[in-house]
Amino acid sequence: MKPAPFAYHRPTSLSEATVLLARLGEAKLLAGGQSLVPMLNMRFLGPDHLIDISRIEELAFQKLTDEALHIGAMTRQADLLASPLVRRHCPLLAEALVHVGHQQTRSRGTIGGSLCHLDPAAEIPLVALALDAVLTVVGANGERQVPMSEWPAGYMTPELAPDEILSAIHMPNVQPDEGHAFIEFARRRGDFAIVAVAAVLRIGPGGRIRSAAIALGGMGGTAFRLRDAEHGLIGALPQSGEIRRAARAVVQTDVSDDAYYTGAYRRHLGEVLVERALLRAAERASGGGRHV
Amino acid sequence: MSEPHAIVLSVNGRAVDAKVEPRRLLADFLRRDLNLTGTHIGCEHGVCGACTVLVDGRPARSCLMFAVQADGCEVVTVEGLAGEDGRLSPLQQAFREHHALQCGFCTPGVLISLTSLLGASPDPDEAVIRDVVSGHICRCTGYQAMIDAARAVAGRGVPGRS
Repeated sequence: MKPAPFAYHRPTSLSEATVLLARLGEAKLLAGGQSLVPMLNMRFLGPDHLIDISRIEELAFQKLTDEALHIGAMTRQADLLASPLVRRHCPLLAEALVHVGHQQTRSRGTIGGSLCHLDPAAEIPLVALALDAVLTVVGANGERQVPMSEWPAGYMTPELAPDEILSAIHMPNVQPDEGHAFIEFARRRGDFAIVAVAAVLRIGPGGRIRSAAIALGGMGGTAFRLRDAEHGLIGALPQSGEIRRAARAVVQTDVSDDAYYTGAYRRHLGEVLVERALLRAAERASGGGRHV
Repeated sequence: MSEPHAIVLSVNGRAVDAKVEPRRLLADFLRRDLNLTGTHIGCEHGVCGACTVLVDGRPARSCLMFAVQADGCEVVTVEGLAGEDGRLSPLQQAFREHHALQCGFCTPGVLISLTSLLGASPDPDEAVIRDVVSGHICRCTGYQAMIDAARAVAGRGVPGRS
């Protein structure tokens, strides 16, 4: 199908975009368009105005500081996948990006677009959740920081006011004692994951787990962390028994059946993938943590 | 409210001036306004890959872009792959030799994606070729012959575009 008519605006600065967004009312932001345009074509959405932010140069950047890799919201997924900075300082993101759509959609799809679309099976929000990333949003009244744990307000709904724009994502730099893994299962390459898992482990000098993060996607309306299982791993040795026990926590999660898969199937898959991801993360943590 | 916008772009090396309604998809602009019907439209939501074209050198779904967004861009469609004299590009020739098309519906998109791959890395291994082809749906299930054709061109040191 073809989209319903809309008016098109192409601001060249972030301040111009925020003013437009505040003034226009029924408007949507167009970044890479790889999720929004299908929804327009299928007429799930029919905004009066589209504000194309793809030519706002200040929104596309990658900058490294001592704490974090700062990424502009308009940065294309393909540029991140090819980025030595991402590979070295945020290897979990590099590992996840190969699963984001296809090469032909990553060329235009953006990191910020994926975070705002917030599909429950999407890879980029899952990485941000596992890494405790922080997001900067800008509105007519200035900017604020939102921790990723507070970003999902519901099914495909970010914690973003109608007059606000996501401007940047701050991914904490990988630590020397850290290991990560991103694993997902889909029927075909590039399809939405049935279940996806992002895991991060830090292993202390005694070989014991100092901190753990386990994030699951595709299991219900929003991605989530397995907080209890993460706490249970602290102080443990990263051995298969401990890891299997942590993965068992997926069985307790509440996932209902949908048109494609039963909740029981997703829980089983989640348990298997969490175990594999933790084992891989543990192996990489002991190996220095700098692998993709 | 949805007044036409004036756009200027390059399509297959030719300068194009046009006025487009904002909702005009790039795929429809190419097919209907420029009569470049080599670009095919399959699913219209970015999954099938039939409408893939090059935008500023990168493969993109032309059903997920509005023509107005291509303002100032360089677009290459399947019509731009062969030489001026109609001579097939090495990749197109290899498709012919390896019987890499059956009904031909997905072919324009696949040619664009593989041309872009071979331009960026002249000798990709089979895993990379398969990854690129995975962004296209061929209902004749002719993937293996496409991969064979790309492999035949890879490593010859010739770009996919003549």
